[in-house]
Amino acid sequence: MDETNTDVIQGTLDMLILKTLSLEPMHGFGISRRIEQISRGVFKVNPGSLLTALQRLERAGWLDAEWRQTENSRRARYYTLTRAGRKQLEKETEDWTRRAAAVARLLKAEG
Amino acid sequence: MSLWRQITRGLRVLAHRTTADQDVADEVQHYFEQAVAAHAARGLSPGEAARAARLELGSVLGVREQVRGSGWENAIETLFADLRFAVRRLRAEPVFTVVTVLTVALGIGATTAIFSAVNPILFEPLPYPQPDRIATIWEVSSTDGSLNGGTFGMYRGLEERTRSFDAIAVFKPWQPTMTGPDQPERLEGQRVSAQYFRCLGVPPRLGRGLQASDDRLHGPNVVILSDRLWRRRFGGDRSIVGRPITLDGESFAVIGVMPKGFENVLAPAAELWAPLQYDMTQGRAWGHHLRTVARLRPGVSVGQASQEVDLAAHAVLKEQRPETYGEVKFVATALHDDVTRGVGPALLAILGAVVLVLVIACVNVTNLLIARGVRRRGEFALRAALGAGRNRLIRQLLTESLLLAAMGGVVGMAVASLGVRALVVLSPPGLPRVGAIGVDRTVLAFGLVITTLTGLAFGLIPALQAARSDPQRELQEGSRRSAGGHRQARGALVVAEVALALVLLVSAGLLLRSLDHLFAVAVGFDSSNLLTMQVQTSGPRFDAEGSEARFFSQALAAVQRVPGVTAAAFTNQLPLSGDLDEYGAHFEASPARLAESYSAFRYAVSPGYLETMRIPLRRSRLFVETDRAGAPLVAIISESLARLRFRGADPIGQRLRIGPMDGPPYTIVGVVADVRQMSLAVSRAEAVYIPASQWPFADSAMSLVIRGRGDAAALAPAVRAAVWSVDEDQPIVRVAMMDSLLAASQAERRFALILFEVFSLAALLLAAAGIYGVMTGSVAERTREIGIRSALGATRQGILALVIRQGMTLTGVGVAIGAAGAAAATRAIAAMLFGVSRLDPVTYLAVIALLAGVAILACGVPAWRAARVDPASTLRAE
Repeated sequence: MDETNTDVIQGTLDMLILKTLSLEPMHGFGISRRIEQISRGVFKVNPGSLLTALQRLERAGWLDAEWRQTENSRRARYYTLTRAGRKQLEKETEDWTRRAAAVARLLKAEG
Repeated sequence: MSLWRQITRGLRVLAHRTTADQDVADEVQHYFEQAVAAHAARGLSPGEAARAARLELGSVLGVREQVRGSGWENAIETLFADLRFAVRRLRAEPVFTVVTVLTVALGIGATTAIFSAVNPILFEPLPYPQPDRIATIWEVSSTDGSLNGGTFGMYRGLEERTRSFDAIAVFKPWQPTMTGPDQPERLEGQRVSAQYFRCLGVPPRLGRGLQASDDRLHGPNVVILSDRLWRRRFGGDRSIVGRPITLDGESFAVIGVMPKGFENVLAPAAELWAPLQYDMTQGRAWGHHLRTVARLRPGVSVGQASQEVDLAAHAVLKEQRPETYGEVKFVATALHDDVTRGVGPALLAILGAVVLVLVIACVNVTNLLIARGVRRRGEFALRAALGAGRNRLIRQLLTESLLLAAMGGVVGMAVASLGVRALVVLSPPGLPRVGAIGVDRTVLAFGLVITTLTGLAFGLIPALQAARSDPQRELQEGSRRSAGGHRQARGALVVAEVALALVLLVSAGLLLRSLDHLFAVAVGFDSSNLLTMQVQTSGPRFDAEGSEARFFSQALAAVQRVPGVTAAAFTNQLPLSGDLDEYGAHFEASPARLAESYSAFRYAVSPGYLETMRIPLRRSRLFVETDRAGAPLVAIISESLARLRFRGADPIGQRLRIGPMDGPPYTIVGVVADVRQMSLAVSRAEAVYIPASQWPFADSAMSLVIRGRGDAAALAPAVRAAVWSVDEDQPIVRVAMMDSLLAASQAERRFALILFEVFSLAALLLAAAGIYGVMTGSVAERTREIGIRSALGATRQGILALVIRQGMTLTGVGVAIGAAGAAAATRAIAAMLFGVSRLDPVTYLAVIALLAGVAILACGVPAWRAARVDPASTLRAE
């Protein structure tokens, strides 16, 4: 039996992370969970890729990261969208919408 | 902002590695705990939840490594780790490392040295402001394409009629003798017209340049010094400007000093410059002993200027010299073309040759690396099994080869700086810009680039090959029995090596044979045991009419009295010495033929010159003592000129004029054999001999030719003393035996030959080492097979033949490819060949025989070793 492809579409992970964080600051697992839930399980995020992406976005200045103490006194790293990140999200969303619409038109077009 | 974050975050990680690792570990740990908690919340037991999370997410360690491995700082860390590992590996194999580094050093060093010599000549712009706007103007003969530097008359005409140039100047060599408190010294200098330094665009650093008022007949005696001369003779004294110095017995005022970096490519040895002050009287305005340089106006291309020059020059000729000029074209060419003319193709060929050596060196190192890769298969397999990715392995191996290349590059730079010195010493006298040859920034950058390229070149194939192997199979087999792919690759490399070495050897062989042919050329006179020297006259004592002729005849009489001298004579130009004195030879009309002019070498000689040189007489008579000033004017012509003009008819008694059309006619009294004047390779030999005493203008420098009993070279001091007994102030230069002049006339070919010989020897050795390495490796791998063969009854000879056959097959394929390559590549040296086709079968066969011999030797040792394999012990060993 074929496994359903649950990989995040290439190049969209950054946008999904930014979008998720635009609602509220979150830690890594929270982001992954949210993406899974909202996509109704279509996308599953690989933790290695997610955490690497978070590091990259933080370095790009789109996210801020801070360590918080959790209730069971563990350290958790929470990420917040910065203003630059919000701008980047707008840009990427717009770009994605335009391209997705184009792909949809192409697929709908009658051969 | 984000770049700032990138750098600071990376640096923080590098500085606090443990903390950073802890952060990553904590974050990953937290992620997993959350995942487990989520599963538990769905009602799984703690154990089941942990298992489910691991299934879903993979190993904690893996994720941690992935996160940890991102970011630029990790690339650097990996690089350092790779480097440390590479150093350890190379230290563990010192022989391999030393051989490899030396091979690479040889290739990089030789290539860099040649590049440093070629770069200033071929590739760098000349050291002047807007160097592309400097042009030289030439008169091109339509009959043989030879170049003439121009005449004063044409210079004046072009200055008046052309608009392409900001400045035009003419110049000629000048060798004054400086006298004063120190030893008299003969200097190299130039007489230049006023705009010379404006053409080059370099003003003096001290004092002033030349002005139009300096450059007129009987103008002031002024001189500009080079920085070198200024420092050497005047201690860099700034007050020199305005002071007088004595040149050729006359006082010259120093008006300027050129800057230190000023390089005079038009006359590299010149150390001082005086105004030309050309004497237009006596009808000398149209003698070809000047050269012309010009600076283009901005926006004018060399091509446009060339067209204008040709038009203007022909207009000038039509107006001033309507009848005397043959078919000529006038051109302007970029100064840079002028510098590279003649040497360009040879230098490119040498650069090509050294690149071949570098390629062969790379091939050899590739071979060594592949062999090493085979030995290290177990290690690679183990690392792959432990999770090292393919790219990781390739990166590690490339790091190793780049490290080897870097070490080779460092040693190579030392080789290069030695090589550059050797090149300068070896360089032929005609090589331009020798002063600019050296290891400079461009050369270092070049060395760096080729070091990197070689590292990649010899590292890539072995790295890819090592990374391709299948770890599971390797670990299972654990022996050296499987060896198919790499053996093919190594075989191909040996083929390449043999082919490249053959190209170099054939080139060297062709050059060698060309030189042999050249030295076998009949020069037309007896060059053996012939002493030559040039005697010059300078100073005001020679202003009086006939004083030079008197001095030369007295000096000759003194030389002839020297004990041991059997024959001695003077000539104004000496064959194969670089002298060049060409005049128009205008034959009078005869009943059979119209009047016609030819260009011919003019030899003004003392009676006895033709006898001393042993130039064979072909017709009638030689000069005699009675052919002197006041007697009927006589000339002897060369066979070539006689053939050209008279086509087999008798030339004796016919008359010709030499130089000015309105000069007195000379009667031809004899014909002599042709003599090579310009070089061994140039057979042009139209010549007119006249008694020096019958030439209207005395030559100020004459060459003495002397034969004696025993070794003529031993006569040099006595001959010199004899000349000085007449006048002790006259410089004597260029004392040389004719045979060494002959050798020097081939200096450029010899230079190329020496380099090609060195390179092809290196190539041969590298190829031999390559064959030896491959065969040794192959024998070692096939020990078992050979053991079985001999156990089954193969004889020693049989096994010997088996191994040698394998090596010779590779060599044979290499030879076939190389021969085809050589046939194409020798086009590059075609211009340097003489008397030998670039497809010369003798050379090809000799080279192939040499290569085959070397290959047999290189196979011999491993084959002998294979034949001695003891079947019992090898079979037991497995």
